[in-house]
Amino acid sequence: MKIVFTTKGKTWESPMDARFGRAEMFLVYDEETDTLEAIDNSATEAMEHGVGGQSSKKMINAGANVVITGNGAGEKALKILKTTKIEFFTGAGEMSVKEAYEAYKQNRLQKQF
Amino acid sequence: MREIVVISGKGGTGKTSLSASFAYLAKQEAVVCDCDVDAANMHLLLDANFKKQSDFYSGEIAVIDPEICTNCGDCFDVCRFDAITKETDFHVVDPISCEGCHYCSRICPVDAIEMVTQKAGDVFVSDIKNGATMVHAKLGFGAENSGKLVSKVKRVAKELALKEDKEYVITDGSPGIGCPVISSLSGANLVVLVTEATVSGLHDLKRVYELTKTFNLKVVCIINKCDLNWEITKKIREYLNSQNVQLLASLGYDENFTKAVSVAKPIVEFDENCEISKQIKLSWNNIKNILKEN
Amino acid sequence: MKITIASGKGGTGKTTVSSNLTSYLASLGKKVVLADLDVEEPNSALFLNAELVDSKISNKMIPKWDATDCTLCGKCEEVCNFNAILHLPEEIRVFPELCHSCYACSELCPTDSLPMTPSQIGIINEYQNELFTMVEGRLDLGQEMSIPLIAQTIEYVDEKFPDYMKIYDAPPGTSCPVIESSRYSDFVILITEATPFGLNDLTLAVETMRVLNQKIGVIINRYGIGDDGVENYCHDENIPIITKIKNDREVAKLYSNGELIYDKIEHFKDSLDEIIAFIGGLK
Repeated sequence: MKIVFTTKGKTWESPMDARFGRAEMFLVYDEETDTLEAIDNSATEAMEHGVGGQSSKKMINAGANVVITGNGAGEKALKILKTTKIEFFTGAGEMSVKEAYEAYKQNRLQKQF
Repeated sequence: MREIVVISGKGGTGKTSLSASFAYLAKQEAVVCDCDVDAANMHLLLDANFKKQSDFYSGEIAVIDPEICTNCGDCFDVCRFDAITKETDFHVVDPISCEGCHYCSRICPVDAIEMVTQKAGDVFVSDIKNGATMVHAKLGFGAENSGKLVSKVKRVAKELALKEDKEYVITDGSPGIGCPVISSLSGANLVVLVTEATVSGLHDLKRVYELTKTFNLKVVCIINKCDLNWEITKKIREYLNSQNVQLLASLGYDENFTKAVSVAKPIVEFDENCEISKQIKLSWNNIKNILKEN
Repeated sequence: MKITIASGKGGTGKTTVSSNLTSYLASLGKKVVLADLDVEEPNSALFLNAELVDSKISNKMIPKWDATDCTLCGKCEEVCNFNAILHLPEEIRVFPELCHSCYACSELCPTDSLPMTPSQIGIINEYQNELFTMVEGRLDLGQEMSIPLIAQTIEYVDEKFPDYMKIYDAPPGTSCPVIESSRYSDFVILITEATPFGLNDLTLAVETMRVLNQKIGVIINRYGIGDDGVENYCHDENIPIITKIKNDREVAKLYSNGELIYDKIEHFKDSLDEIIAFIGGLK
């Protein structure tokens, strides 16, 4: 299983980024290999429109099974991700990555779809 | 650090006056952020001093180099925005009509067309009258009011708030329901919807509330000029009830409100003991409590 | 004659003035049509007690993916400067709301897999009451591009009412939508208040109109509150002040109910007379 967190850093202690489309970074946790991989997303800051789609594409290319974020996906991200099998969880915007992972394991996050 | 975003859908509801009042009450606990970049004016109420300025670049337009142009007309043929006209020896681009789509520059056989990034506005960081810091911006002429400048203003404000360890970011959101509002709302911990007791106030409240719902945001509401039309106030309250939105305050129509604006002061500074000021103070305390609970 | 009524920001009384002015002109026997170009928040119809007589779907052209010959080469995503096309591992996705209809993806596609097709962005509604016709553009929720709809609403009015006087109620602000609503008009009326707020917004609006080379005049609304800032500014900049509408709570009340004002409040009607005299003098 690959779990992607929207974050502001590269470690388990980093704070989550509440935003999905304009998240600073995506941190991909591969449960099988127990490894963390960071995907930079800061380029979206310079984009005017369409970040939701671009970020969704990154999820698909990263092979994500689960996405964990704060506020939830916007309309464009929804349109893309809903057609995939990716599960999307919200409510972790104020946590660290580690806390967000624990909250997910304990079913304390809201499932958006 | 918690972010409060004040929005209203339509203009003229008193959104900026209320945001400025909250900012004034928060004193140095907050960084203030004006995301109404298309017609920014919160800085007037808070005596911003425009201490630091930086340029904001966004969007591109095509520029044809007349020296290189062979006048073949390919660019003219592909442009869907009527932005290209033929002169005697070369073609030119009308910057107002150009959408920046790059089509002409991609297909020009002699590479005579360059896409040039436009300065689209200014971002300012200012000291304001209660000793706090404010981030605001001015959108340049004809620039597209996308969420990009709004995002930038918000990012600068949040970085400042984190660096200076402030409790709150108070954001005066953009009007409407389009891209800039969505950017204003991004990452908000609490949204304050300001509406007024008019037919259009209710109409726009519903539209903008629908928008906040898609982002799962915690929302409270303030009705301004509630005694202008009690029937509509009643309808607004019923609507809020049906949506489980907490009503923070119903403010009466008060000449003090306009008088305060006309001397460029937040109402809570202009007359801190008037009924409206009292209610705004209560609302601010409520907001702080709600943020503590969550 | 085409007149745009605009203001630096919302809530200054644009809709109040434009709807009352149109109604009053019509009652005087003038052939006049009102167009609400605030397509994100069209409100004029709320004030006019009018009946819907005609509607037209407003479309823009967007690419539609045809998988048949597509090789998923990704050229379309590469040439789209608006992130409206997403090249996914197994498909091409189009975001219609981001598309500017530049045709680049469609025409540069090596396999013709993105033909342009019409897609609804909003609706143009034509209303009528006893006195006159009002046309509004109404953008569908979730659509972000208002310019094509504003242009089509103007076109609709031009085609259907060629020999009428046209009054455009512009969207607030100084960005693209206001420009689209003003650039083809003969004259732009800017509405403001005599407050530091109003002056700030007016200055921005004037700068915009000057770049467009538009002729302008100012209406001061809610006159009586505030200071001399706006009047001094207009004087220094040589901008005519067309009228000053008195600050009056009754006006606000009537507005809150969506009622017309000039038939109930004399000073408001006097202001409209001043506007009409001014417009007449323009010819």
